[in-house]
Amino acid sequence: MTQERKLAAPAVYPETEVYWQAAAKGKLMVKRCRDCGEYHHYPRSICPHCFSDNTEWCEARGTGTIYTYSVLWRTPVPYAIAYVTLDEGVSMMTNIVDCDLKGIRIGQKVRVTFKPTDGGPPMPMFTPD
Amino acid sequence: MSIKGKACIAGVFEHPTREARDKSVMQLHAEVAKGALEDAGLSMRDVDGYFCAGDAPGLGAINMVDYMGLRVRHVDSTETGGSSYVVHVGHAAEAIAMGKCNVALITLAGRPKAEGMATGTAPRVFGNTADMPFEFPYGPVTTNMYGMAAMRHMYQYGTTSEQLAWIRVAFSHHAQHNPNAVMRDVVTVEDVVNSPMIADPLHRLDCCVISDGGGAIIVTRPEIAKSLKRPLVKVMGAGESPKGQMGGKVDLTYTGAVWSGPAAFAEAGVKPSDIQYASIYDSFTITVLMQLEDLGFCEKGQGGKFVADGNLISGVGKLPVNTDGGGLCNNHPQNRGGLTKVVEAVRQLRGEAHPAVQVRDCKLALAHGTGGSIGTRHGSGTVILERE
Repeated sequence: MTQERKLAAPAVYPETEVYWQAAAKGKLMVKRCRDCGEYHHYPRSICPHCFSDNTEWCEARGTGTIYTYSVLWRTPVPYAIAYVTLDEGVSMMTNIVDCDLKGIRIGQKVRVTFKPTDGGPPMPMFTPD
Repeated sequence: MSIKGKACIAGVFEHPTREARDKSVMQLHAEVAKGALEDAGLSMRDVDGYFCAGDAPGLGAINMVDYMGLRVRHVDSTETGGSSYVVHVGHAAEAIAMGKCNVALITLAGRPKAEGMATGTAPRVFGNTADMPFEFPYGPVTTNMYGMAAMRHMYQYGTTSEQLAWIRVAFSHHAQHNPNAVMRDVVTVEDVVNSPMIADPLHRLDCCVISDGGGAIIVTRPEIAKSLKRPLVKVMGAGESPKGQMGGKVDLTYTGAVWSGPAAFAEAGVKPSDIQYASIYDSFTITVLMQLEDLGFCEKGQGGKFVADGNLISGVGKLPVNTDGGGLCNNHPQNRGGLTKVVEAVRQLRGEAHPAVQVRDCKLALAHGTGGSIGTRHGSGTVILERE
């Protein structure tokens, strides 16, 4: 299925500028805490697990598993929203794209792909392997 | 310190309208306030504490206080979405116990129906916040957020669409007796699962109604409540808790009720099996199922079996729930169902529910609300009420 839905541009704040600059180059970044060692998402400057401000950006492998999803049918262009659990262990909200919406399943292995937005950086989405 | 028994609900009112084309939101707030005060037998001059959520017109509580002409010494505009009003009951009891006010007025009103709002399928943004860029472009709407929770619950625990449908079926059995209910027709499991799919796995009849109106609650000191000519309904315990995405350790199979519930039960000194009637927030069927599990009415993962076969129907099942028809059939004013949950619990405790759904000698009831989205972040509020 092609991505016909027009995507709103994400607002870019200084706190997460690195994430969007990397997205423009086709890289998915996640935040990791140097003190407690935990990854987190969505990215923050201060770790939501231990409140340390010693956090760093890491490039994610870009692969993961569908934790859950829902296809919204009651809309002009149906689409699948999902949480994907990255191989790094954190789950992120996303869309499952470039596939048959009726074939999506929890537990499916997926890989990151980037989709253009309306005047902003691209959004990381996932497609079944 | 505890609020147990230190405050009473002396007045409640649910606006009879379900579509308020010719009324302002402020006007609706004032109408429900008037209704609850008349129900209690108190006047506006008795009110010295005012509670509303962040959706009330204007800045916090102050525009509404001014509009209604109140003279108060305590205000609280705690915002936890649809659960706010359940939380407000606990906060009002706290304020009364601390001597900060004697008569607390809680109001909710809105007109999403008249405004033609696509509550479930249009994106809604609550502020230009730092978390939104990581969500909003993906198209999170109310139905697909709750859909994701339902999908995971089905995957993890084997819950079925037919089991979820039983929740709607039960509340439709109650709503047939409520002349104000938006949807009064009794439905079957087949009706629910054959209704159009909105967001997998939620069908149209898994979703609540969109309605206008509102409601109000009067919380007061026991001495004042005893002087009024109404049955005495005491606030015995309250709990509140927000839950979110846990920094990316997302688990959509449970709600904040796992914390707000035990806190309320501990304060009241009772357990789930003591509860004779429960008002459980029903934005969607899945909301009810998860909250029943999280509040301890059944084991985690067993909600599907618990709600099946009419177990929530008054006079039929073991736990009568939402005997007014709930948000699924009766009313979901301003897209916020917490206030009406408290109202029906009070009706049950007073013996003022419709005779066809009245729980016999109902002495102990629970009201629980969820606000925001269980797919991302939400607030939970639980109160336990007892008739003396």
